[in-house]
Amino acid sequence: MSTPHPRAGARRWALTGLALLIVGVLLFPLYWMFNASLQPSHELLSIPPRWFPTDPTLDGYRAAFDSQGRHLVISLFVACGNVVITLALAAPLAWALAKFRLRFAALLLFVLLIVQMLPGIVKANSLFQLYSEIGLLNNTIGLMLAQSTLSVPFAAVLLRAQLREIPAEVVEAAALDGAGAWRTFLRIVVPMSRNSVITAGLFAFLFSWADFLFAVTLTSRDAITPVTVGIYRFVGANATDWNALMASAVLASVPAAVLLVVAQRYISVGLTGGSVKD
Amino acid sequence: MTMTPRRGPVVRIFAGSRRLASRLAALPNRASTAKYKLRSGALPAGRHAPLADPRTSKRQTLARLGFYVPAVLYLAVFFGYPLAANVVMSFQDYTVTSFYDGGAPFNGLANYAAVLGDELFSTTLWNTVVFTVASLAFQFAIGLGLALFFRRHFPLSGVLRALLLLPWLLPLLVSGTVFRWLLDQDYGVVNHLLLNLGLIDDPVPWLVSPDHAMAAVVIANVWIGIPFNMVILYGGLTSISPQLYEAAALDGAGAWQRFRHLTWPLLRPVTSVVLMLGLVYTIKAFDVVMVLTQAGPADATQLLSTWSYQLSFTQLHFGQGAAVGNVLIVIAMLFALVYLRAVRREQAGR
Repeated sequence: MSTPHPRAGARRWALTGLALLIVGVLLFPLYWMFNASLQPSHELLSIPPRWFPTDPTLDGYRAAFDSQGRHLVISLFVACGNVVITLALAAPLAWALAKFRLRFAALLLFVLLIVQMLPGIVKANSLFQLYSEIGLLNNTIGLMLAQSTLSVPFAAVLLRAQLREIPAEVVEAAALDGAGAWRTFLRIVVPMSRNSVITAGLFAFLFSWADFLFAVTLTSRDAITPVTVGIYRFVGANATDWNALMASAVLASVPAAVLLVVAQRYISVGLTGGSVKD
Repeated sequence: MTMTPRRGPVVRIFAGSRRLASRLAALPNRASTAKYKLRSGALPAGRHAPLADPRTSKRQTLARLGFYVPAVLYLAVFFGYPLAANVVMSFQDYTVTSFYDGGAPFNGLANYAAVLGDELFSTTLWNTVVFTVASLAFQFAIGLGLALFFRRHFPLSGVLRALLLLPWLLPLLVSGTVFRWLLDQDYGVVNHLLLNLGLIDDPVPWLVSPDHAMAAVVIANVWIGIPFNMVILYGGLTSISPQLYEAAALDGAGAWQRFRHLTWPLLRPVTSVVLMLGLVYTIKAFDVVMVLTQAGPADATQLLSTWSYQLSFTQLHFGQGAAVGNVLIVIAMLFALVYLRAVRREQAGR
C-alpha cells in the first residue's frame, strides 16, 4: 500500500473533527447531567446557565448517597441475582436448542422471539396478582424473577446462535471420553463460548439495572426499592433539587459507562443478537 | 459477529488429555458418520460405551431433559401464565377488594365496554401512534445519517462510534430525568439556547403544556433510540461490498445516485428489521413518558401502556387495565408477526 496523500490525510482528520462535533452534540445531555451534578443548587437556578462547574461541590453526591445509596445496593443485588437466574436458565436451554435436535426446537425459538415483544405492563399486571397471592410482593427474589423475563428469552436466542457454531467434533470427542451431557456442557461448551456467555450476562445485568416497570409495580416498600424507582420518587418529591437529582442520575449511569469501557466488544454483539434470528 | 469454528482452541482445551487430542485430530473434518451413530445411540462398543448400559442411557435422557425442562416451565409460569391471567382478568371485575376476599366476579365484556367507551381510548390510541411514528422516523433518519457518516474511514472513528452507544445503555429513567432538566421551562438549557438563537421569543413550556409535551417525550425518545438505529444500519452498510461502489464510481455515479440505486436497495432488509424492532419496542414505551410527564398534562402524552398502568395501579381497576393491556398485546403481536415474516424473507433472500 502506498502512503496516503497528505491532503487526503488532512481530509480524514477533518472528518474526525466533524465526528467529534456530532458526538459532542449527541452526548451533550450527559455532559449537562454531569455538569449539574457538581454545581450548587442555587447556581443551577441562575440565568444564563453555567457551562462549567467553576465552583464544584460534592454536596449533590452526598445527598444522592444519602437518599439513593440503599437503592443502589438493592439494584446491584437484584441485577446480580438476575444474571445468575438468566444464565442458569438460558445457557442450558440455548445448548439444547442448538444441538439436541429437539422436535419442538423451532416452535420454542419462535416462542422465545415472540415473548420478547410482550408489553411489560401486561406481565406486571398479572404478576402483581400472582405475587400478592404467593407473597412475593416487596421481595427482591420476586423482583429478580420478574426482571429475568426481560433477559432470559434474549439470552437464550443470543446464546443459541453462538453455541450452534461449536463444532460437533468437540462434543463427540467428549462423549467418546465418557463425559455426560452436563459435564460436556459445563467443562467444554461454556468455556469455549465464554464471550457470548459474558455478553448475555452483561445484558441481563443492564436490563435488570434499568428496569423501572417491574420495580414500580411489584415493590412499594422503600426498603427494597431499586434505584430507578428511588430516582422517580425523588423527582416527584424534590423537583427543584437538580444538583442532588443529577448526581443520583450520574450514580445510576455508572454501570452502563463502566460496561461500555470494559466490555464494548461484547455490547455490539448483544445489541442485535438476542432479538434477530441469525 | 459469529464464532468461526476453528481447530486451534478446541485442541488447546483438550491439551490436558493427549489421548483425546490425538483422537480429535484423527476425526474427519465433518464427522457426520459419528454424529448419526451417536444420535441413534448405537455407539461402537469400545472402552467407553456409556450408551450401551440401559441405566446409563436413562440417566442421560434425564440429564438432557434437565437442559430445557426448567426453562420451559419457567416460560410457562412467567410468560404463559401472565398472558392467560391477563385475558381472564379482563373479563373480571377485579378490584382492590379482590385481594382480600379473593372474589372477582366475571362481568363479561364490561371492562372492554368501559375502556372502549372511554373518550380517553381514542386519545391514547392516537397518542401512541403519533409517539411511535414520530420517534421511529427521526431515530431512523438520524441513525442512518450517522451510519453513513461513520462508514467513511477516519482516525478515531471506532472510538467515537462506540461512545455514541452510551445513551442506549443508560436506564431510560435516567435519560428521562436528564431531559426533565434539559427541558425545564425556566432553567433548562434547551430554552436558553433557543432564546439566544432567536428561534423562540418566550420559553417553551415543554413539559407542562399539553401542546408541547408530546414533542418533548418524542425528542427524549429519539435521543435514546438513535444509537440502536445507527449500530444496526452501520452493520448493514459494512456488509455491502466496496467493489460495488467502486464499479458504480467508475460508471460515473454521483454520491446521491450511489445512495439511491445501490445503498438504499441493498440496505432494505436491514431497514425493515430495524424499523420493525423499533416499532415493537416503541409501542410499549413506558419509562420515558412516566418520568418526563407522568402521561400528562391533561393526558397529552397518555399512551396505551401508561393508561393500562394507571387503570390498574392508580385507579385499581385491574380488569380494565388488563383490557387495555390486551389491546396493546394485539397491536404488538400483529407487528411482531409482520417483523418475523420480514426476517424470514430476508433469510430466504440471502
